[in-house]
Amino acid sequence: MKGRTFVRHLKEGAKNIGRNGWMTFASVSAVTIMLFVVGAFLLLIMNMNAFADSLEDDVELRVFIELTADEEQQDELETEIAGLSQVDTVEFVPREEGLENLIVSFGDQGQVLEALREENPLNDVFVVQAEDPQQTQVLADEIQTLENVDDVEYGADIVDQLFSVTNILRYAGIAVIAGLMFTAMFLIANTIKITIIARKREIQIMKLVGATNGFIRWPFFVEGLLLGLLGAVIPVSALSYGYVRLVDLVEGTPELGFLTMLPANPLTLQMAALLLGIGAFIGIWGSMMSVRKFLKV
Amino acid sequence: MYVITMNEVWKTYPNGVMAINGIDIHIDKGEFVYVVGPSGAGKSTFIKLMYREEKPTRGTITIDTEQLADLKERHIPRLRRKIGVVFQDFKLLPSLSVYENVAFALEVIEESSANIKRRVMQVLDIVRLKNKARFLPHELSGGEQQRVAIARAIVNNPSVLIADEPTGNLDPETSWEIMRILEEINDRGTTIVMATHNKEIVNTIRKRVIAIEGGRVARDEVKGDYGYER
Repeated sequence: MKGRTFVRHLKEGAKNIGRNGWMTFASVSAVTIMLFVVGAFLLLIMNMNAFADSLEDDVELRVFIELTADEEQQDELETEIAGLSQVDTVEFVPREEGLENLIVSFGDQGQVLEALREENPLNDVFVVQAEDPQQTQVLADEIQTLENVDDVEYGADIVDQLFSVTNILRYAGIAVIAGLMFTAMFLIANTIKITIIARKREIQIMKLVGATNGFIRWPFFVEGLLLGLLGAVIPVSALSYGYVRLVDLVEGTPELGFLTMLPANPLTLQMAALLLGIGAFIGIWGSMMSVRKFLKV
Repeated sequence: MYVITMNEVWKTYPNGVMAINGIDIHIDKGEFVYVVGPSGAGKSTFIKLMYREEKPTRGTITIDTEQLADLKERHIPRLRRKIGVVFQDFKLLPSLSVYENVAFALEVIEESSANIKRRVMQVLDIVRLKNKARFLPHELSGGEQQRVAIARAIVNNPSVLIADEPTGNLDPETSWEIMRILEEINDRGTTIVMATHNKEIVNTIRKRVIAIEGGRVARDEVKGDYGYER
C-alpha cells in the first residue's frame, strides 16, 4: 500500500465519522455507557481489593515463648522462625512491653493490672507476619512444632472468616467485570453492525468499481478505532475527575478514616489506559466483523 | 482480436433456474453491441457474467486477457478495473460529491492525486458535468446521475464498457443524451455492450444486436433491429 493510500484511508475513516452522524452518535453512546459502567466497577473493585489486602496485612501471629527458655534459646528460636520460608518479619516483644501495652489498652481500668508489674505472668512474644497472609494458618502449625514454643495464636476464627470474605469479594469482582465487558462487546458490536449494514450498498458499489477487500476494510478499521476511542473519552475523564474528588472527600472526612483509598495517580491512569484499550478493541472488532459479511460480492 | 469471447457458456443457479444454456459470442475491439430480449430470458445473467458478478457453471469467458471462469476471488478487482460498468439505478455513492464518486475509481488503483484530478476533470468534461463537480448525487437529475456513473466507468480507460439498461430509468429526451455520450465513448475506441429494452434507440442508432431468448442466442445481426413489440 502506498503512503498516500494509507493517508486516504485515515482521512476517509475520520470523514465517515462525520458523514454518518446519527449512526456515529449511536455507536459512541453505546461505547460510552458501557465503558462508564465497566470503569466505575473497576475503580470500586480495585479499591475493595486493596482494602481486603490491607485487612489481611494486619493479620499477625503471636508466638508465646516458653517461660523456661533462656536468652540463648530465645535467640535460637528467633533464627529458626526467621528461617521459615513463609515468614516475612519477626519482631520480639518482651513481656514487660506486653504488659505495658495491655495496661494502656485497658485505659482507666488499667490500674488494676499495675499490681502485676511485680510478678509479670505474661510470656515473651515473637510477633510474626507471613509473607502471604493467606498462609498464616499453615505457618502457625509449623511454628507450633518448634522447640520452646508455648503457644501460637492468630485469632483463627476471625482470620479464616476474613479470608473467605475477601476471596469472595475478589472473585465476584473479577466475574462482574468480565461479565460487563462481555455484554459491552456484544452491545457495541451490534450497534456498529447496524451502522455498517446501512452502508451495505456502499460497500457493494466499491467492489463493483474494483476496490480490493483490503481497500474497503481500512477506512472501516480507522472508523471503528475512532468510535471506540471517542466512546472512551467521556467515561475516562468523568470517572478520573470523580475519583480524584472522592479521594479528597474521603481523606478530608475524619469519620471515614478507616477507609483507605488507592491513590488517584496510578489508578486513574491505569483505568484510562484500560478503557481506551477496550474501546479501541471493541470498535475495531465490531466494525471488522460487520464489514466482513458484505465483502463477498 | 476479440475483446470479449464466450465459449459454450452455461449458467444454472443454485435454485435450479437455467439462465444461460450454451452461448458462444465473439465481440471485437471497438464494437457497439445491443443485448436485447424479453424479461427473464437471461439478458441480465449474460451481463452479470461479464463483470463476474456471476460465475459460469460451464464454459469459458475471456474479457481482455482475463479468464473469468477460473478467476480467483481476490483477482476480481483486477478485472473490474479493466472494465467499466453502468447500471440502471446509477449506483453512485450517496455521500460523495460528483467529483469524489468519479475519483473513487482511481483512488482504488492508487493513482496520484495530480493524475486523479486531471483524469476526473477530463471525463467530467466528456459527460458535460464539469460545472457540477461539487454537487451530491441527490442534487442532480436522473440523466445527470447516469452521466456521473458513465464518467466513473470510463475514468480509468477501460477497454470494455458494460451498460445494464442505462436508460431504463430515464425519460426519452434524457435517454438520447446518454446515447450520444455512449456513442462518443465508443468512437474513442471503447467496446460497449449495452443491455436494453428501448426499442426506439435500437432501431434508430443501428448497431450489432444480440437477442437472447431462453438462455440462448436467438439472433445476432450486424446493424439489426429491436425485433420485439416492446
